[in-house]
Amino acid sequence: MSNLVPYILEHLLIVLIATGISVAIGVVLGIISYWVRFAAQIILWFSEMVQTIPALALLAILMVIFGLGNATIIAGLALYALLPIVRNTYTGLTSVPAPIKEAARGMGMSKLQRLFLVELPLAFPLIFSGIKISVVNSLSIAVMGVLIGAGGLGFPIYRGIQTQNFRLIMSGAIPVVIMAVLFDYLMSLIQKRLTRH
Amino acid sequence: MITFQNVSKSYGRKLVLDNLSFEIKEGQFVILIGPSGCGKTTTLKMINRLVKPDSGEIYINGINIMEQNPVELRRGIGYVIQQIGLFPNMTVEQNISVVPKLLKYPKERWQSIVRELLEMVNMPYEEYAHKYPSELSGGQQQRIGVLRALAASPPIVLMDEPFGALDPITRDALQEEVKKLQKKLKKTIVFVTHDMEEALRLADTIVFMDNGRILQMASPEEMLRNPASDIIKEFMGRHINSRGPAELYVEDVMRTRVLKVPKTLKVLECLDRMDRWEVNSVIVLNEDDTYAGTVQLEAIQEHGKVGHEIGELVSQDTPTVSRQCKAQEVLDQLLDSPYKYLVVLNDDRTVAGLITRTSLTKAIGEALWGAKS
Ligand SMILES: Nc1ncnc2c1ncn2[C@@H]1O[C@H](COP(=O)(O)OP(=O)(O)OP(=O)(O)O)[C@@H](O)[C@H]1O
Ligand SMILES: [Mg+2]
Repeated sequence: MSNLVPYILEHLLIVLIATGISVAIGVVLGIISYWVRFAAQIILWFSEMVQTIPALALLAILMVIFGLGNATIIAGLALYALLPIVRNTYTGLTSVPAPIKEAARGMGMSKLQRLFLVELPLAFPLIFSGIKISVVNSLSIAVMGVLIGAGGLGFPIYRGIQTQNFRLIMSGAIPVVIMAVLFDYLMSLIQKRLTRH
Repeated sequence: MITFQNVSKSYGRKLVLDNLSFEIKEGQFVILIGPSGCGKTTTLKMINRLVKPDSGEIYINGINIMEQNPVELRRGIGYVIQQIGLFPNMTVEQNISVVPKLLKYPKERWQSIVRELLEMVNMPYEEYAHKYPSELSGGQQQRIGVLRALAASPPIVLMDEPFGALDPITRDALQEEVKKLQKKLKKTIVFVTHDMEEALRLADTIVFMDNGRILQMASPEEMLRNPASDIIKEFMGRHINSRGPAELYVEDVMRTRVLKVPKTLKVLECLDRMDRWEVNSVIVLNEDDTYAGTVQLEAIQEHGKVGHEIGELVSQDTPTVSRQCKAQEVLDQLLDSPYKYLVVLNDDRTVAGLITRTSLTKAIGEALWGAKS
C-alpha cells in the first residue's frame, strides 16, 4: 500500500496544477465574456467545443505539441476543465441582480471596483461549484495520463490491466474513486457555507 | 444648484424626455411625481449620469456634469433605489462605509461615521454593524440604504421610490426620519414617487411630470390650490379635499347633483319629480338657465293650483353664495338661517349646486380626519 503513496501524490499534483491553470484562465475568460458581449459567444463556443472532443483524441493532439509526459496531461485536463469554470463565472457575473449592479455604479465604483468588491464575491459560489465539477472530472480523466507517458494513478491501473492483476487495478482505481468522492463532499460543504448570505 | 437645460432623451423612437428645463435650489426637498413611464427615473438617473441625455445640458453648481468624471461625480451624490440594492456580501458597516472608503477616508473616520449614522436611526452599532443585509427586516434594510447614501455627506441625494416596497407603518416612520435628516443635514434631495400623499408630506417643491414633460412645478400648497391640469387633479384625488378646513371653498363642499326645473313646468309634473328625487324643495331656472329661485313643498301644498306653472310659486328667500366663497364663512350663514341649504351660483348666475348642512359637515370631517376610503 505504501508504494501507492507517490502515485496518489503525483495524481493529486497533476490535477491541482491543471485546475489552477484552468481557474486562472477560465475566470479571466468568464470576466471577458461578461464585459464584452461579442467575446462571450466566441469564448463559450470554444470551451464547449473543447468538451466535445473525446479525451483520448484531445490528449493525442496535445501530445504533438507538449510531447510525452506530465505537461500534456496537465494541458489536457486544464482545457477540459475550462468549460464549467468559464460558464459558471459568466453565469455568476451576469446573474448578479441588476439593482445591486446599479447601486454599485450609482455610488461611484469604477468597473474594476465593481468587479472585485461586488460582482466577483457574489458570483463566487457559482464559480466555486464550477471548480468543483472540474476537479472531480479531472481526478478521473487524469488516469488516462499513463497513455501519454504521464504519472499518477493511471500507472498501476494500466499495469494491472496488462498483467491481468485485478488487485493492482483496484489499488489504483479505489484511491481515484475515494479522492473524487472526498473532494466532491468537502467542496460541497464549502459551497454551502459560501451561499449562506 | 441642479439645472436642466432643454434636456431630451429617446429610447428607440419613443421620446421619453421632451425638452426638459428646470432648476432645483440648494437645500430643497424636490419630488418628481407622475404616472408610470412618464420619465421620472430617467430624469433622476441623468443627474448622476447613469443615463445620458441625447441633447441638452445639466449643470450642478454651474458645472456641466458631462465635463466631469462620472465616477467622481457619483461619489459626490447619494443614491437610494427602491430595490434597496445593499451588497449582500457585505455587513451593514461595510455597506455604509463603501463610499467613504472609495474616497479613501482613514479607518477611524469612516468607523465613527458608521456609528453616528446608525445611532441616528436608532440601530445600535454593537447590535447591527456586523449583521448581513439578509439578517435585517425590509425597513431596516432600507434605513441602511439611506444611511449608505448619506455616509460621505454628499450635498445632493437622489432617491427613486425608496419606500415603495415597504408596509405603510414602516413607510411612515422612514418618511419621518428622512424629512428630519434632510432638515438637520440640509441636503438637496431629489425624490421620485408616484404616491401623492408621500409627495405632499415631504416636498418643498413638487415637479409633476407627464409624457416626458413637466406639467407643473410648485409647492404642495400651490399645487393643491391650483392644480394645472386634470391629470394632476386626478392624481391628488382625495387630497384635494384634505387641506385644512380653513382652506376649503364652497365648490369643494357643495353637492352638484340637485333637482333643477324650468319655470314653465306644470305644478303636478314638478311634484312628481320631487317625489322621485325624494326631495322637498326644488331649484327653479329661468329660460336662459339662470337661477330664478326655489320652491318648497309646503308652498306647493298651500298655494299650488293644478295646471299652473311652478314659476308662480318661486321664492327668492333662499340665500345664494358664489362658488369661490370660503366654506368657513358659509358655515355661519347656514347655521344662522332658517333654510336647510344654500344655493351655489356660478359667476354667470347659473346654478352650480347647493350646500346642505350634511354636505358641509361631511367635507369638514374629511378635511380634519381624512376621507373614508
Ligand atoms: N433602458 C431603456 N430602454 C428602453 N426604454 C426605456 C428604458 N428605460 C426607460 N425606458 C422607457 O422610458 C419611459 C420612461 O421611463 P422611466 O423609467 O423614466 O419612467 P418612470 O416615470 O420612472 O416610471 P415608473 O413610475 O414606472 O418607474 C418608459 O416608457 C420606459 O419604458
Ligand atoms: Mg421609475
